[in-house]
Amino acid sequence: MNLDLLVLALADGLSYAGLLFLVALGLTLIFGVMGILNVAHGSLYAFGGYTAASLSGIAIQWDPSTVLLLACLPAAAIVVGVILGAALEIGLLRRVQRGDAVVPLLITFAAFMIFEDLQKLLWGTSPYSAPEVVTRLGTIDVAGGTFNCYQLLLIPGVALAAYVLLEFFLKRTNLGKQVTAVTHNREVATALGINAKRIGLVTFVLGAVLGALGGALAAPTTSLLPGVGTDTIVLSFAVVATAGLGQITGALIAALLIGLARSVAVYMAPELEVVVPYLIMVIVLLVRPNGLFAIAQARKI
Amino acid sequence: MQASVVRVLIAVTAAFVFANCADAQGAKPVELKVGITTFTSGAASVFGVPAKAAAELWVEDFNAKGGLNGVKITPVFVDEGLGGEKFLSEYRRVVQDQGVKVMLASISSGDCNVVAPVAEDLKVIDIMWDCGTEKILEDKRYQYVFRTTSNAVTEMVAAAVHLLRVKPDFKTIAVVNQDYAWGRDSWEIFRNALLALKPDTRVVAELFPKFGAPDFSTEITRLQALKPDVIVSTAWGGDLDTFIRQANQRGLTKTSQFVLPLAESSLERLGKSIPDGVIVGMRGDAYFADPDFKSDAKIKAFVQKFHAKTGAYPIYPVSHVVQALQAVVDAYTVAIKANKGQWPGTDQVADAMRTLEFRALSRPIKIRADGQALQGQLLGVTKSVPELPFALIDQLTLVPADLVTTPVGQKSPEWVKTLKSDLVKSDRIKIVGTPVVTK
Repeated sequence: MNLDLLVLALADGLSYAGLLFLVALGLTLIFGVMGILNVAHGSLYAFGGYTAASLSGIAIQWDPSTVLLLACLPAAAIVVGVILGAALEIGLLRRVQRGDAVVPLLITFAAFMIFEDLQKLLWGTSPYSAPEVVTRLGTIDVAGGTFNCYQLLLIPGVALAAYVLLEFFLKRTNLGKQVTAVTHNREVATALGINAKRIGLVTFVLGAVLGALGGALAAPTTSLLPGVGTDTIVLSFAVVATAGLGQITGALIAALLIGLARSVAVYMAPELEVVVPYLIMVIVLLVRPNGLFAIAQARKI
Repeated sequence: MQASVVRVLIAVTAAFVFANCADAQGAKPVELKVGITTFTSGAASVFGVPAKAAAELWVEDFNAKGGLNGVKITPVFVDEGLGGEKFLSEYRRVVQDQGVKVMLASISSGDCNVVAPVAEDLKVIDIMWDCGTEKILEDKRYQYVFRTTSNAVTEMVAAAVHLLRVKPDFKTIAVVNQDYAWGRDSWEIFRNALLALKPDTRVVAELFPKFGAPDFSTEITRLQALKPDVIVSTAWGGDLDTFIRQANQRGLTKTSQFVLPLAESSLERLGKSIPDGVIVGMRGDAYFADPDFKSDAKIKAFVQKFHAKTGAYPIYPVSHVVQALQAVVDAYTVAIKANKGQWPGTDQVADAMRTLEFRALSRPIKIRADGQALQGQLLGVTKSVPELPFALIDQLTLVPADLVTTPVGQKSPEWVKTLKSDLVKSDRIKIVGTPVVTK
């Protein structure tokens, strides 16, 4: 494998890693703050994608500008994330916070299955997509290969921006600091006057928006089908487990690692493509059972 | 008092005797239950849902016209999305508990494989209405199992032949198929056929992304680096849509000739995302815009009704299910005639099936002694037209089935390797209609 091919493989891996990171980020944030492994995160991805595709489909009839078409994607993510995220947190998870840790897991799993059928009711079983925006943004030549600007620049850009903004939010803003405090110790934070319930809601909605954003950004390049949520949730579990649950920077690095390894595998050993993410996860967990970046229990995010 | 009880008893006994005799003599049943297994969930529902709509439409129409000698057909649908064990027990249930006499099963070759021996045990006529694997009917002789469509060998050899007719001078080829039985098996047949017909072909990449892959970026980049003359893919559904869309967006369709034997089923969804000049086909020879049947009232009416019901044009699984239903009623009609107007038993219908020649939404189809149908293959190139929001298939070529299908009694893996290059030049392969004229 020569250098040119390696550059090509890296370019492919970057876009894949970007989407993976956005979804894993939401998952790990919710786990870090609330201790809930949200299986329904896969549905948020699917709903984000379908809504973005439908919204773009409607927008396209008005012959909109590229910016407006692009804006459909985050708009869909915010609508889906806020509505479904808030409904899940207020309607279900808040009620079982004090119970056994396995109860929220089962509840989100149930929600995942309900959403899966709901999605079939709403969008049917034919593939959905919103390819127009990718065509509008054009292509770029790198090392002899032609790439979409959308996949090569926009997706990794959005992923990176999401990472920087989230870090800024958690470390520099008042609300973010409250989230960090609740993560450290929920009871002490409550005693200090922080409304932990509100923080829980904020975190869950934020995580849900990130999951939906992953789906919305995937909508222009992929075909959305029933079951798309399952694939996503399994892969982002692998990222989160590799990074260590609740690790934000870790998730970024793990997503990059898995994205790049996967695309290198397509060049060197295509047969291994599917298994590569899990291979990495197994190797990491054998050496570091709590994930690459897990720190002693003191702080989770 | 005594007398009336005796009278009732006699009447009841007589009724039973009469009923039994009637059954033995072949009295008409109230209805003919036909089981249809199809995907109404999962990725393959892109085939299963339109096919189900078509079956409902066809049966409704058929019953309205009087049914089968006055006997109405009642379809019983089973979802293949249930998978393996559950699917098999549903199959048994509808045959044993609901009295289904004919089963149309299935879309998935895996499902066909599982139910074929069961159908033989249950003595129920099993029509493989969509699945393509040639192995079932080659590996074993069945009495009750038939296929009313072309099989994978017919389809893949025809695609290889067509490619060599359209683009005889290519050197390198790459494949991007879904990583499951059909993706692997169809490439095996295609590759062996192509290497037999054109031994100097070089296969530069064999890529099998996972079934349901959300992204083909890496595969496309790799193909851009390899620059094969031809890229073949037998993928379908959402996978094929994504692959073509991404390949088109990134200009790969400009540098390599794409060959997509199943793409007819994706064209309407793809809209303008597929460029002109891509070699596409369908499994079989039934195409809704086939110029040969432009003035065929029956086909035209069906296409219109289907479009009115579903909002889409028929794709090949639609013609497949109609073919199977047509074959069933035609076989029954033949068997009734042979039975001097009496309702036939399953064995008589099976006998009629074995030599049946029937016509559904395309050209006549003949069933061979091994239960396999001979259905020709239509292939052409995509062409956008102003009247429709999606590409039509232009320059249609019909490859007759007997040229490209393994003869009865032979095994496909060996037969495909014996193909000779003059097959490509056969004068029996013909252009259909006249190409679309551009203004």
